[in-house]
Amino acid sequence: MALKHIGLAAALLASTMLGTVRPASADGTVKVGVLQSLSGTMAISEVPLQDAELLAIEEINAKGGLLGKQITPVIEDGASDPSTFAQKATKLIEEDKVVTVFGGWTSSSRKAMLPVFQRLHGLLWYPVQFEGNECSPNIMYSGAQPNQQALPALTWAEQKGYKKVFLLGSDYVYPRTANLILKKHIAHDGLTLSGEEYVPLGGTDFSSIVAEIQQSKPDIIINTLNGDSNVSFFKQMAAAGLTPDKLPVMSFSIAEPEAQAMGPSLLAGSYTSWNYFESLPSPTNAGFVAAYKAKYGANSVVDDPMVHGYIDVYEWGAAVKKAGSFDPEKVRNAAIALGYSDSPLGDIKFAPNQSLVQTGYIGELQPDGQFKIVWSSPKPIEPVPYDPLTFPGKSCSAHTTF
Amino acid sequence: MQESAFLVGQVFNGISVASLFVLAALGLALSFGLMRVINMAHGEMLMLGGYLAYLTISIVPGPLGIIVALPVAFAGAALLGAVLEFTVIHRLSARPLDTLLATWGVSLVLQQAARNLFGAIGVQVVAPSWLNHTVSLSSGPLEGLTLPYTRLFILLVAGLVLGAIALLLNKTRLGLYVRAVNQDRPVAAAMGVNARLVDLLVFSLGTGVAGLAGVILALLGPVTPTVGQSYIVPAFLVVILGGLGSLVGTTIASLMVGLFTALIEIFVDVSVAQVLLLVFVIIFIQFRPQGVITVRSRALEG
Repeated sequence: MALKHIGLAAALLASTMLGTVRPASADGTVKVGVLQSLSGTMAISEVPLQDAELLAIEEINAKGGLLGKQITPVIEDGASDPSTFAQKATKLIEEDKVVTVFGGWTSSSRKAMLPVFQRLHGLLWYPVQFEGNECSPNIMYSGAQPNQQALPALTWAEQKGYKKVFLLGSDYVYPRTANLILKKHIAHDGLTLSGEEYVPLGGTDFSSIVAEIQQSKPDIIINTLNGDSNVSFFKQMAAAGLTPDKLPVMSFSIAEPEAQAMGPSLLAGSYTSWNYFESLPSPTNAGFVAAYKAKYGANSVVDDPMVHGYIDVYEWGAAVKKAGSFDPEKVRNAAIALGYSDSPLGDIKFAPNQSLVQTGYIGELQPDGQFKIVWSSPKPIEPVPYDPLTFPGKSCSAHTTF
Repeated sequence: MQESAFLVGQVFNGISVASLFVLAALGLALSFGLMRVINMAHGEMLMLGGYLAYLTISIVPGPLGIIVALPVAFAGAALLGAVLEFTVIHRLSARPLDTLLATWGVSLVLQQAARNLFGAIGVQVVAPSWLNHTVSLSSGPLEGLTLPYTRLFILLVAGLVLGAIALLLNKTRLGLYVRAVNQDRPVAAAMGVNARLVDLLVFSLGTGVAGLAGVILALLGPVTPTVGQSYIVPAFLVVILGGLGSLVGTTIASLMVGLFTALIEIFVDVSVAQVLLLVFVIIFIQFRPQGVITVRSRALEG
């Protein structure tokens, strides 16, 4: 852990030093922005994501870089605060002159950065599952759309015979919208909604919610809490005797690192829905996992957003090569429909609506902190940014402008 | 579960949350009453208590780890409080507003120190198995009521700490000095009370109690570098509501905040409950600006 931080600090120092000596693209380097929360409540998830993005940059550099240039990452801290994200995104594009930015986690951070990228004609690669309902020409959405994560989870729950669903989330845009979509489908499919609760981001007191869950006796809880709040929720559920083996919990923001940090003993038996698990058996994935562990330590784990951050860098690299340019608009046009059949998460490509076509998986957490894959979608799922049941008449087609 | 059991359960939850608030806020109330100092680094004393619990439990595993962690966290946080009082707060005693800024700086330094030492992700304190039980009523009028041992344990610790501090303040010579300095510092000093030492002791006592609160927090949530931040706002709320510097006031205010939140959450979700709580406090302060209990103190009349 200490070594990792020294490495980070060194990378940060190196990038700032390079930044002052060499202007963008003037000689053998090109700058890209890496903008995640390195402090605050989201750091638990975003620091490893940043590590994965830096690993991909390092690997591409080791193979000779792009168009004869080495990639220099400029690292900024979004500090779990949307306005800081917007500020740092502006700084990266205007002052550091980066050609593209990899970053963001919460939807609030993405929503805050969106106008910045549209105004300054930048391109953001956003790696996290989100609520859809947004379609910007300046963002590549590689994380799951609701129909690639939330709806597969509901389909799975129905197939398991769960009828009463309790929705619990942090109080911000992703859980609110995801639950809006889920409620439409719960009603449409003839299931029962036994409760719906929101806790402020970073909230730690779940006593009332646990009491409500005990009273309403759902078959399954769909949990969209984000960050540290999950630890408080599972601890207080366990203290009340409601461990995941007694009442199944399906979480959308808990992956391998969160499970490791919270202690698998607390969460074992709970479910989660993603487009990637570290336990996926493909050789490419094994290679990626090995490279990550070699760089960040044998005890480190990888998860869905990290892999999306990692493949975003590769997708960007492939699109730069295809376009023969670092220009954000040309890169975006080149990235569409650029097939990537051998990625750690399998066969993927960007659809014309700039979201990723990818497979959905349901995993059950094992006591060793890894997920056992218990269900997968029959084939890669096309991304649908606007759920037809919830937002009828809205759709997202290919962008021609930038 | 029956409605009455649910209601009683919520009252219990409210008291349990209140017991956490009282431990978190007590130190703030004491040091403000005595020294007119607002310690912005108070939340980081909770954080320190959490990390000390983590370290203690990794050295002393097994069922008694958490019991050993309590005095360790108290001593560690009290020691850090004493250092903070001696190096920063005492030196700024003539400029109370500056202590606000200085202690806020200290809080940032402590957060970053925790981040560098333990990592941004935070550490995990697992409750011992003897706390992993519940008292469940399966018959009678309160059928379905479940009281987790963890929350009963928190209640017990808070009760013991409150009792011990009440005894200390009301029955010992040190308590007499504290009350004397609280009421009139120059006169107490003229009577031979070492006001300087009283300041130091009360401040460390307050941070020590915050350290205890940190251990308890670790049973309910994560231990992260920023954990103190989530509790500092309710703690200030309790201090203001309770009347500055009063033990009884702090306790009553904690109960008010805890019960208000728990009962209102029957009707609205947690986010709305927070808004309503703030509205309640604003209205309460309009009608009773001095808080629940009025403490007569020259320091506060200034």
